[in-house]
Amino acid sequence: MARSKAADVLLTPIFSNNPIALQVLGICSALAVTSKMETTVTMCIAVTLVTGFSSAAVAAIRDYIPNSIRIIVQMTIIASLVIMVDQFLKAFLPEIAKTMSVFVGLIITNCIVMGRAEGYAMKNNAFMSFLDGIGNGLGYSVLLLIVGVVRELFGSGKLFGTTIFPSVNEGGWYVPNGLLLLPPSAFFLIGIFIWVLRTADKDQVEHD
Amino acid sequence: MDQLEHFLSLLLKAVFVENLALAFFLGMCTFLAVSKNVKTALGLGVAVIVIQTITVPANNLIYTYLLKKDALGWTGISSLSGIDLEFLGLISYIGVIAAMVQILELILDRFFPPLYNALGIFLPLITVNCAILGGSLFMVERDYNFADSCVFGFGSGLGWAFAIAALAGIREKMKYSDVPDGLKGLGITFITVGLMSLAFMSFSGIQL
Repeated sequence: MARSKAADVLLTPIFSNNPIALQVLGICSALAVTSKMETTVTMCIAVTLVTGFSSAAVAAIRDYIPNSIRIIVQMTIIASLVIMVDQFLKAFLPEIAKTMSVFVGLIITNCIVMGRAEGYAMKNNAFMSFLDGIGNGLGYSVLLLIVGVVRELFGSGKLFGTTIFPSVNEGGWYVPNGLLLLPPSAFFLIGIFIWVLRTADKDQVEHD
Repeated sequence: MDQLEHFLSLLLKAVFVENLALAFFLGMCTFLAVSKNVKTALGLGVAVIVIQTITVPANNLIYTYLLKKDALGWTGISSLSGIDLEFLGLISYIGVIAAMVQILELILDRFFPPLYNALGIFLPLITVNCAILGGSLFMVERDYNFADSCVFGFGSGLGWAFAIAALAGIREKMKYSDVPDGLKGLGITFITVGLMSLAFMSFSGIQL
């Protein structure tokens, strides 16, 4: 029983309660990094780890946090984790760190991380909060990866920098869709993704 | 005269060309959630302008006199010179932002109750608005000096406020249009923001 509940906590946010598609959380820093798969994957891993560990840490000390300063405490925990990620990237993947520039730091204000710490970790034990954090991080990653694949594959005919469709400029047949490399395309793709999701699952449709 | 021209171009760049919301996708969570009507959107916009104008210069001072490499040289203590505390950046900036928001909240509550009531819940929400942290991070990345960062802080806040007011205006009109079921609410908002961002891209070629 306990096991199935754990699996439940881990899996629901990925499919049926996706944090981006249904709760519009955490898209701030997400969209700008999806034009290339390398940065997208790095971002996904970073966010998933930060969400998981910050939830676990907040949950572990939740009984000792005075209510009035809980936001600051959560922020400090999250910020420390993000600094670790930032330093790690700068040390081992300097190229990627450069392309992502300020967006690594912006994981701090990613609403998913904060939202899970506040909404789930303050009420549950460390292990479950960890799973919940990882689950939400993965749910976020799924959407980010879909957007990233579409943008890089159709925008420049490549995946992870290797050519899949040889483009016209390089003597191939594929005419790259330049729009997909520009920022607005990320909005269109997420809009369409939400449309598809809500057409499939009628319960999610919003009525005024 | 040159100086004035420099500030003016910096301001226009921050408002239009490098609009935080539409060119860098910052502050999206609140951007999408609080843009249902023009009045609340404007209230939030004003709050963002105020906080941004205060925090960016404040963080600039902290960066220049505490964190930057050799920044502690002004103390005259030889053992402190050459210390590089840049890795503490993220946590200091978010701390400053959270503290500023709290202080502003207290001041408004004490001296300007009408404005305080008008802004209501939005004030604390601003702490987790990525546009604010993003502004500070851009300031560091682009090496602005103190005067520059005052102008940039005000300009980027203004740009964000413009964008949310415009989106709210469009969404109010959208009530009269016939949107497919699945796209209602969130989906169509994403598409709208995409189109707005596309329109704002036409500013990107402007050299000031």
